[in-house]
Amino acid sequence: MDFRDSPAEAAFRTRLRAWIAGNNPGLPVSSTDDAYWARQAEWHTALYDAGFFGLSWPARFGGHALPPVFDVILDEELAHAGAPPRPSLGYLVQGITTHGSEAVQQRFLPGLISGRERWCQGFSEPDAGSDLAALRTSAVRDGGAWVIHGHKIWTSYSDDADWCFLLARTDPAVPRHKGLSAFAVPMRQPGVEQHPLRMINGITKEFGQVVFDGARVAAENMIGAPGEGWRIAMTIVSHEREPGEVGYVARYSKTVGDLEKALRANPRAASDKREAVAWAHVQAEMLRLHVRRRLSERLDGIDHGPGGSVDKLLMTWVEQTVGAAALSVAGSRAVVDRDDVALKIYLYSRAQSVMGGTSQIQKNIIATRILGLPTA
Amino acid sequence: MDTRETPEQAELRRAARQLARELGPRTVADLDDAKRRGRLAEAVRDAGWLELRDDAGSGAPLASGVEAAIIAEVLAESVADVPFTGPVLAADLARRAGVPAVDGAVAAFAPDLIEAAVASGSVTEAPVYALDAASEGPVRAYLLVRAGEGYRLALVEGDLARDGADLTRAIRRVPEGAALLPVSDPSRLLTRDDLDAWAALGLALTSADLVGVMRGVLDATVAYAQQRKQYGVPIGSFQAVQHLLAEARCLLEGAFSATLHPAWGVDALAPEEARAAGRVAKAYAARAARTVCETAVQVHGGMGNTWDCSVHVYLRRALLSTRWFGDDAELLRQIARARLGAADGLS
Repeated sequence: MDFRDSPAEAAFRTRLRAWIAGNNPGLPVSSTDDAYWARQAEWHTALYDAGFFGLSWPARFGGHALPPVFDVILDEELAHAGAPPRPSLGYLVQGITTHGSEAVQQRFLPGLISGRERWCQGFSEPDAGSDLAALRTSAVRDGGAWVIHGHKIWTSYSDDADWCFLLARTDPAVPRHKGLSAFAVPMRQPGVEQHPLRMINGITKEFGQVVFDGARVAAENMIGAPGEGWRIAMTIVSHEREPGEVGYVARYSKTVGDLEKALRANPRAASDKREAVAWAHVQAEMLRLHVRRRLSERLDGIDHGPGGSVDKLLMTWVEQTVGAAALSVAGSRAVVDRDDVALKIYLYSRAQSVMGGTSQIQKNIIATRILGLPTA
Repeated sequence: MDTRETPEQAELRRAARQLARELGPRTVADLDDAKRRGRLAEAVRDAGWLELRDDAGSGAPLASGVEAAIIAEVLAESVADVPFTGPVLAADLARRAGVPAVDGAVAAFAPDLIEAAVASGSVTEAPVYALDAASEGPVRAYLLVRAGEGYRLALVEGDLARDGADLTRAIRRVPEGAALLPVSDPSRLLTRDDLDAWAALGLALTSADLVGVMRGVLDATVAYAQQRKQYGVPIGSFQAVQHLLAEARCLLEGAFSATLHPAWGVDALAPEEARAAGRVAKAYAARAARTVCETAVQVHGGMGNTWDCSVHVYLRRALLSTRWFGDDAELLRQIARARLGAADGLS
């Protein structure tokens, strides 16, 4: 056991720190401002071009094939510098590398990893949220293509996306989990309509909504085999919002750092604010260390199992603790100013227990698949 | 960077777990079995675990904080009623002062159980408490005596055992006016750094103890929920119960992840940093353990509130480990002071 950087890790950290110092775009945290999303693509390609993105992914697709703990270093250094978090794409990469054919991997991974091609995820529907297998979006074969009809929701950043990782029903005749397939659907075509939703904190990029009305996708863009969609979706959701994959640790540490700075400047701050920020620090540190542990465990091989639900729940508690601390420190400011950053951080945090699978679904998974409790 | 246990550490965990399960109490009634308790104490002594923090000859300890935390965790998992953290902390203190470890000695704590007791002349701020000591026979505890910029060690004799909240670890009172016995040939005074590093070990071991408590009580509670039936089905099939237990599992995992850091850091980080890591781990583990133990009482229903159900043995152990070196509220105050500066006036 060693929490220290190896010589290679230390050299990487030094190089990274120097690069961030000269290239920090100074964007607001992703949760509070559409300005982050407006320039996220730029940030992604800047990180990638400098050799700091896709650290643990296959080199032949533009990654660096480094041990997963290098992602920890990236997150820590971004947080340290107050730079934006890395783009959250790990779960899509996991899905494509685990289930995609060689041809699909070659076609899509380089653009996904480099940021040259932007992606969104089309799983949930208005009537298929937690009950994902109830989805009704259909894909019907038409010559060398599939034709898509349906309504997807929570398709984050879909209005910037070139591609959608879409889950659709290709066989309505078989039991519902078995009739699903996955596709890489081109988003810039007729038959794709964007209907963004405004989040309770006012931002419009996080919650996308897309209607597919006769959009076409070439047959070779199917990811995995026909009917493999459910299995692919389960791989992806086991990593979706996994803190090691999404890099949010950087966001929490940055927010806690900002709150600490505010209180250091105000020695007369009430003790409940000091305690709230101290507890947020404890939570953010716990998550940082938990990610170190989980990514270290990956040196024994990656696990697509239910452990991601534990990580997701821990991350949710951290996000909501940090959000509550921001609100506490802001005091009246957060209620007299609708654009107050703390207010936005707090309101955004409430979505964390829903997005990427609700906390209730995570608890079901932990109870039945980790603790081995019987299903009702 | 690699936070995995080494193969040797994993083997230590496996062997210690087996021993603790075999000789630890299986029921509340077992706590009165002095013969079993004697065998357990002997096995722990024979395994050499009480010497983990003794001087290896070079001034460094025989084993790292990670090994010590593994044993602390595994003993707590079985609510093993045997001194470990107390004597190991005493040996660590003795090593830092350059004195030979006194067999069976522990450290003395002031009534708030947050800082080691500091005295001059005789024990004036009595009573102080010797924690996790032998439950019978004479007991000695190290006390810190101010000496210029630092501290030197003295020994005091513990009094009768008192019935503390924890049923598995003895607390011996050191009476008011107890004489300070000199220790042989201290090679040096303890500095602020020594105390920080030592407190880091204390925070790591009490955090590991809380992690072990959570592991043990959660295992027992999951097993109970699988077997206990109401409405004709196991209560563990009800979502209301499942979600409580799922939350408990997450709290356990988070506390374990946080605790690895000070356990490793006590020998590898600067003392102040190691102590800061210990505060984070302990603040998290203390809140987590409280919730997990209370969940365990709840899921066990009426029986969980009876003396003969072993759940309260875990809860009681958690109460002592939580208080020892500071509970979550105290540690959050310390964290705030360290990171935000001193509070002024209004707080």
